[in-house]
Amino acid sequence: MNCQFCSNPATFHLTRISGQSKKVVHLCEECAKQHQAVSANTAELNIPAIVQLLLGPHLSPVSEELARLTCPNCGIKYMEFRGEGRLGCPHDYEVFRLGLEPILKRVHRATRHHGKKPPNQRENLLRQTELLALHHRLQRAIAAENYEEAARLRDTLRKKEAADDHAA
Amino acid sequence: MTMQLDGLVETTGEWLRGTGPESDIVISTRIRLARNLAAFPFTNRATHNQKAEIESLLREKVTRLDLAHPLRYISVAHLSPLDRQFLVERQLISRELSNSEGPRGVAFEQRESISLMINEEDQIRLQVMRSGLSLDGAWEEIDKVDDLIEARVSYAWHEQFGYLTACPTNVGTGMRASVMVHLPALGLTRQIEKVFRSLQKINLVVRGLYGEGSRASGDFFQISNQITLGKSEQLALQELGGVIQQILYYERQARSALLREKRQELHDRVSRALGTLQHATMMTSDETMELLSSVRLGINLGLLEDVTMHTVNELFIHTQPAHLQKLVGGSLDGEERNAARARYLRTRLRQGGTV
Repeated sequence: MNCQFCSNPATFHLTRISGQSKKVVHLCEECAKQHQAVSANTAELNIPAIVQLLLGPHLSPVSEELARLTCPNCGIKYMEFRGEGRLGCPHDYEVFRLGLEPILKRVHRATRHHGKKPPNQRENLLRQTELLALHHRLQRAIAAENYEEAARLRDTLRKKEAADDHAA
Repeated sequence: MTMQLDGLVETTGEWLRGTGPESDIVISTRIRLARNLAAFPFTNRATHNQKAEIESLLREKVTRLDLAHPLRYISVAHLSPLDRQFLVERQLISRELSNSEGPRGVAFEQRESISLMINEEDQIRLQVMRSGLSLDGAWEEIDKVDDLIEARVSYAWHEQFGYLTACPTNVGTGMRASVMVHLPALGLTRQIEKVFRSLQKINLVVRGLYGEGSRASGDFFQISNQITLGKSEQLALQELGGVIQQILYYERQARSALLREKRQELHDRVSRALGTLQHATMMTSDETMELLSSVRLGINLGLLEDVTMHTVNELFIHTQPAHLQKLVGGSLDGEERNAARARYLRTRLRQGGTV
């Protein structure tokens, strides 16, 4: 069983049973310390921190902003990703970037790819993600009847999409 | 569907033929690349229809690649549990793909060197297997096949993060290179733990014969890189190769020491192992692995003759439950299976192991 925060072997297995539901959290020693489930210098368990871990959704010192994030493309919430350990779609790397970079640093000790690049690459994900986010904000602005904002977003989108068509 | 698989029962993939560099210790080299399509959610988030769409799109593309040996596609969703287990034993699919749900499958060549899983944790899991130690050769081949696929589909790719994968532990190169080694002498001299502890410190992973979560049996271990982000494929392969060379050195040292100091005892041990395999009437899977491991060591040290390495390598796969049931033609429960396994081993090893 591996730690659900990084891929190291888990040494802490916390289980919470309430009524019919059961929740299990697996942690390696390092992550257990990071989440303050055990104190750094003694082997004592920090009960309030453990309770926090099991109750979630605050699985880590996640900022409020991150906890609210939802991918406009696949609909996965940042907290769902932290619970399952799997992302929902390619755009999540951009949408959850703030939360992902510290994880990548811990797992790989790096945050930037070195090595092969797809030689025929036709789609630039950064650009796609940006357009996706703009579309999403446009939908929300229309739903909220914020037409001034919607008009502004529509113009930005048009400009960007025209630039892309030109570049292609 | 099953007919396609039944043709494979009597054979094994080329990677098991027992040749190639360092094949006294290294069984095989495997490299896999995790890839996803830019336009779809990852497998765990995809609907049944999206998975079906991905399957049919990729199936169409990968079976038409310009390869020396074309890939043939098998839908895993339509296979019986026995056939799925059979493909797991041959290392053509993962246990995860076997046990998951929905449209999914595998495309592979007749010689089983190149295979490609569709709708595993990542939409594409491309794999190249080689006999013996051949990290550079395997990389060259998989790199080419990867390019051929990428010329036909749009991969999920990010300038900063590289190839995007469902799990952040695979992002970047998406590459996992594994070398399967047979380390009976380090096992016998109780040095194996020490070697593995030092591997973990340098971010390499050690697993048993069937990958994640499987325990090491018969002194077989898979050693693989863990880090996929921030290190180029070449650097990761170079580091892994360097460690494998060290392990080869330690295992050979241990083998020479055994021959020097305990030749008689060792000769007795490997001869008894072969004798038991040739005469027992009941044989569990675990005992088979232990005994075949000893026989393999005996052949490598020149203590046993008349049995070929290829036969022994093949028996490791053929005595697994699904292979055995297909070879004897029928489903078997525990006791029948152990009797059938012993019968099969007797037949193969009394023929002198030359077939």
